[in-house]
Amino acid sequence: MLAFLIRRLAQAFVVLGVVGLIAFAMFRFAGDPVNQIVGPDTPVSERAAIRKSLGLDDPMLVQFGRYAGNVLRGDFGISYQFRQPVTALLAERIPATLELAFCATLFALGVGILMGVYCALKRDTVLAKLFQAVSLIGVSLPTFLIGILLIFLFSVTLGWLPSYGRGDTVRIGGWTTGFLTVSGLKALILPSVTLGLYQMTLIMRLVRAEMLEVLRTDYIRFARARGLTTRAIHFGHALKNTLVPVITIAGLQLGSVIAFSIITETVFQWPGMGLLFVQAVQNVDIPIMSAYLLLVAAIFVTINLVVDLLYTVVDPRLRTSVGRAA
Amino acid sequence: MDDAAEVPEIRQPTGSRLARFLDSDLWASFRRSKTAMAAFVATVLMFALAFAAPWIVPQNPYDPAQLDLLNSNLPPIWKAEGQAPFLLGTDDQGRDVLSAVLYGLRLSLIVGMLGVLVSGTLGIGLGLVAGYVGGLLDTIIMRVADVQLTFPAILIALVVDGVAKASFGGALDTNATILLIVVSIGLSFWVQYARTVRSSVMVERGKDYVQAARLIGLSTPVIMVRHVLPNVTGPVFVIATINLALAIITEATLSFLGTGLPETMPSLGTLIRIGNKFLFSGEWWVVAFPGIALAGLVIAINLLGDWLRDALNPKLQ
Repeated sequence: MLAFLIRRLAQAFVVLGVVGLIAFAMFRFAGDPVNQIVGPDTPVSERAAIRKSLGLDDPMLVQFGRYAGNVLRGDFGISYQFRQPVTALLAERIPATLELAFCATLFALGVGILMGVYCALKRDTVLAKLFQAVSLIGVSLPTFLIGILLIFLFSVTLGWLPSYGRGDTVRIGGWTTGFLTVSGLKALILPSVTLGLYQMTLIMRLVRAEMLEVLRTDYIRFARARGLTTRAIHFGHALKNTLVPVITIAGLQLGSVIAFSIITETVFQWPGMGLLFVQAVQNVDIPIMSAYLLLVAAIFVTINLVVDLLYTVVDPRLRTSVGRAA
Repeated sequence: MDDAAEVPEIRQPTGSRLARFLDSDLWASFRRSKTAMAAFVATVLMFALAFAAPWIVPQNPYDPAQLDLLNSNLPPIWKAEGQAPFLLGTDDQGRDVLSAVLYGLRLSLIVGMLGVLVSGTLGIGLGLVAGYVGGLLDTIIMRVADVQLTFPAILIALVVDGVAKASFGGALDTNATILLIVVSIGLSFWVQYARTVRSSVMVERGKDYVQAARLIGLSTPVIMVRHVLPNVTGPVFVIATINLALAIITEATLSFLGTGLPETMPSLGTLIRIGNKFLFSGEWWVVAFPGIALAGLVIAINLLGDWLRDALNPKLQ
């Protein structure tokens, strides 16, 4: 177990190191940092002085070391577009993205498990077949198309829900939340559904498949023979045993949810990190791009690590097979 | 495979290629599946419409001289204000929506197919080398694949696209932009090919025909390309079909986010981005028809890919 832990940790650090190197290379070589600071009529001597003051003439290794040091202290440089520290910009935007990702995951888990259980238990009903068909569309359609469809339906045609922004937010310390106002909660609905739909269909299909498999096993038959109620069998025995893979998938997908929030945030003009990143790509704002990349990498690596470790804790069978593979 | 032809085979295939295909399990499975046939017809129809676009639509949407502002914001023909020849209406520039959709469909298909070609070539090549040569090269290639698999493809495509634009400055012409998107898609999707091909190659490597080829003194590259490669391409077709849908979605997403194809040469994603602005002013047709075209295309290709995967999976037969 310890060897496994150490190896996974080492792997995680290698991934972060590689992404850091890419982020540094972007930072340093994509476009000339001096050009971003000076005007077109700045004399060459002044440019050279700026180069020197930024340390761009030092050996690459020294520059990378300095960059890594800055990043570890939480300093990602100054945004070209906003002329503000990237860290402050990101910190301001993080609550919006995390709240959206949280609601999307909640939606995906809640609705996905419900629909999956229904499809497994009543698999020949019209509704179950309809769910299956909808899930196929949910997997196939691009996120932004689903967002536009929802806006057209619920904002333009019915006028029930807002189509952009976060609504009114409340500031608690450094965190702005949309959970405490009616307009904030209303604004969360459409983006969360858009963002969570793909994960929902994934979870629904998974729960359905797992449930169908579990319902065929001997211990379910035995539970029936013992005369337990159908309800107890389905939810106490069968569903409980399908939840391990569901939690794993939901955990692993959390990273994708944060990455795909780029698209959802653009559709709904949601003021989160994803929208900031897209604007950075459009305006070639390298410091924001590299900072976002590093941040997302850190989130992904952490999630993968935690899920891997949790998995071996939850499922004892895996522990032995991991030991053998090592 | 040429060497193996001299060995007498247990079941010698007879007749022409067509006759053999009509006799195959694949064709039988296709005949049985109504979904597969419908998806196939829809896909072929869309390919045909897209590539025949210049001869069947009333307008070349890339040519500003053909746009007339007097024809702007017309609704589809079945509405009261609709006008011939604009079957699906026009946008604010007087651009015919049907023409734009078919040209956009063509562009999306071209970029998608080129993207699959690049990612497939890259993935198959690297997988072949990793599986056949093994050793340190294998470790490096597969570790890179592992790292890349941690991130969603769309994120990688966005970053590659963004970095390339930053390095070249903003002055890219349309063809260079298309090339850039194709490369971004190629770099985002190669991992799956590489993993699949590598594992098949590792099985093939130990077989007698490879040993025989080695004994008669063929060089490693020749064995890899002429003898091993033809035997590992089966599963690649399934991945390629499903990846075509993914590549089209990726291109559409990049264009929708405003980092893809420009408005002067719109793909379906760009059209949806333009049309999205008119959603609230009531001109729903500007965004609806590109959206429907994209959804139809992606769903049809996905259904086809799903069927192909099941039909070629020996476990399910």
